[in-house]
Amino acid sequence: MSVSGVPRHWRSQRERYRLLGTYCENCGTSFFPPRKICPKCRRKGRTREVEFSGRGRVFSYTVIHVGSKTFDEYAPYVIGLIELQEGPRVLSQIVDCKPEDVHIGMEVEACFRKLFEQEDGGIISYGFKFRPVDDSWVEYYEKLLADKKARAAQT
Amino acid sequence: MKREVAIVAVGATRFGEHWSKGLKDLAWEAGVQAVEEAGISGKDIQYIVFGNMSGGMFEGQEHVGALVAEFLGLNPVPATRVEAACASGGVAFFQGYLAVASGMYDLVAVGGVEKMTDVEPGQATEILSAAMDYEWEAYFGATFPGVYALMATRYMHDYGLKPETLAKVAVKNHYHGSMNPLAHFRNRITVEDVLSSPIVAHPLRRNDCCPVSDGAACVLLAPLDEAYKYTDTPIIVKGVAQASDTLSLLERRDICTLNATVQAAEKAFAMAKLARRDVDLVEVHDCFTIAEILALEDLGFCAKGEAFKLYEEGETYVGGRLPVNTDGGLKAGGHAVGATGVKQIVEVVKQLRGEAEGGRQVDGAEIGLAHNVGGSGATAVVTILSRR
Repeated sequence: MSVSGVPRHWRSQRERYRLLGTYCENCGTSFFPPRKICPKCRRKGRTREVEFSGRGRVFSYTVIHVGSKTFDEYAPYVIGLIELQEGPRVLSQIVDCKPEDVHIGMEVEACFRKLFEQEDGGIISYGFKFRPVDDSWVEYYEKLLADKKARAAQT
Repeated sequence: MKREVAIVAVGATRFGEHWSKGLKDLAWEAGVQAVEEAGISGKDIQYIVFGNMSGGMFEGQEHVGALVAEFLGLNPVPATRVEAACASGGVAFFQGYLAVASGMYDLVAVGGVEKMTDVEPGQATEILSAAMDYEWEAYFGATFPGVYALMATRYMHDYGLKPETLAKVAVKNHYHGSMNPLAHFRNRITVEDVLSSPIVAHPLRRNDCCPVSDGAACVLLAPLDEAYKYTDTPIIVKGVAQASDTLSLLERRDICTLNATVQAAEKAFAMAKLARRDVDLVEVHDCFTIAEILALEDLGFCAKGEAFKLYEEGETYVGGRLPVNTDGGLKAGGHAVGATGVKQIVEVVKQLRGEAEGGRQVDGAEIGLAHNVGGSGATAVVTILSRR
């Protein structure tokens, strides 16, 4: 990510770590990303912070093979548009599964992961990613760790 | 009381990799062509407005309005650079139109220029991703092709579009590009070429994506009742409209519709008092193949989920029912982001004057439309031009 010092990453940390959005008590609509004003109710709206359940379904997805400079080392990776149970959508990586297993309608849940590292000892940014809601990710993750261990043992 | 506005001259560079030319050189080349075509002195120009997405990030150079005016030897003519990502050129045209229609100025140069190939491709991808929502899209790893890929995946799921049909958008645009001496790519390609090119963001492959280009384009605007001072074939601006939508896809319920395009098209057609069936050719913003399909639907030429059927039947070629992107579009014609919106207008003008070379002229073209989009649809500009 270009030209960002610490405050810029820190500023949206709470929302990025805990998947926080906005809820309007007047019309009952939830929003993500967070808003200052309910666009439907405007002055009549009563907005407050809400922490989303992190459960949702894949509305659409893509597998990025050519990433921007910051993310290219992670390619190929899956980007999904996730529709949360509470209604709003978030854009996030979908991890702990094979890209070819991702499909529209797939149930997913939020997890906490590293997003990227800046070059040369810069900031490491964390936030939410999503993974399959069934237990398949446990098996996938264990295999990933075992492979990593095996590679480490070889070298 | 607003005045009728006409395009009295045009100019454009080839779009492509111009290693020996910088931003100022490109602007000069397109500007001089337009000035010579109108038979005027540069000093007759009262106002310059041009699109440039990111001189700052591509070249480390901001304040390019005055920079270009100075290089063209036009100081102290006021010069304004406008930015709306890939719609910068279209927005510049809209601003130039307002300046003449309002009666403020009688001769306005509208331009667009972008110098993109001085940075490496990964850097260009990163700069272009600034056209999306940085905080909640790019920050999580989304790229610009990635966001259009999200639209494509959903569209394929909802309407049954197949990759081989989508590929025909690129095949057609390369065919048209092969006839355009100013196009970035002049090679013809096949559906097989598209489907065997590397994946950029599934389901979009390299041949579904437009290139990164250097280039510039320029048009001169004057009130219609003074237009014949400059040309025998003024092209009339019948309708022009701009609209806005969310920068990110997150807050659009239907990600297969670019609402800014829908809104701008409605306004432009109402202003022109014309119907879709009156249009003889369209230049649409095909930054990715899926974008061309969505554009034809959002502009109102087809119902949602229907536009790709035109490609199965070859109706979007020159000679077809609705010729689309006769200069090769962004895909083969090239995409110098800030210049593209103006380049599209240059192509429509050439078509309406009957001057499109290389066998791509649409017979008897009288009315044409240009459609320019910024980012993933946060800005759209629709312009309708007529020969009479």
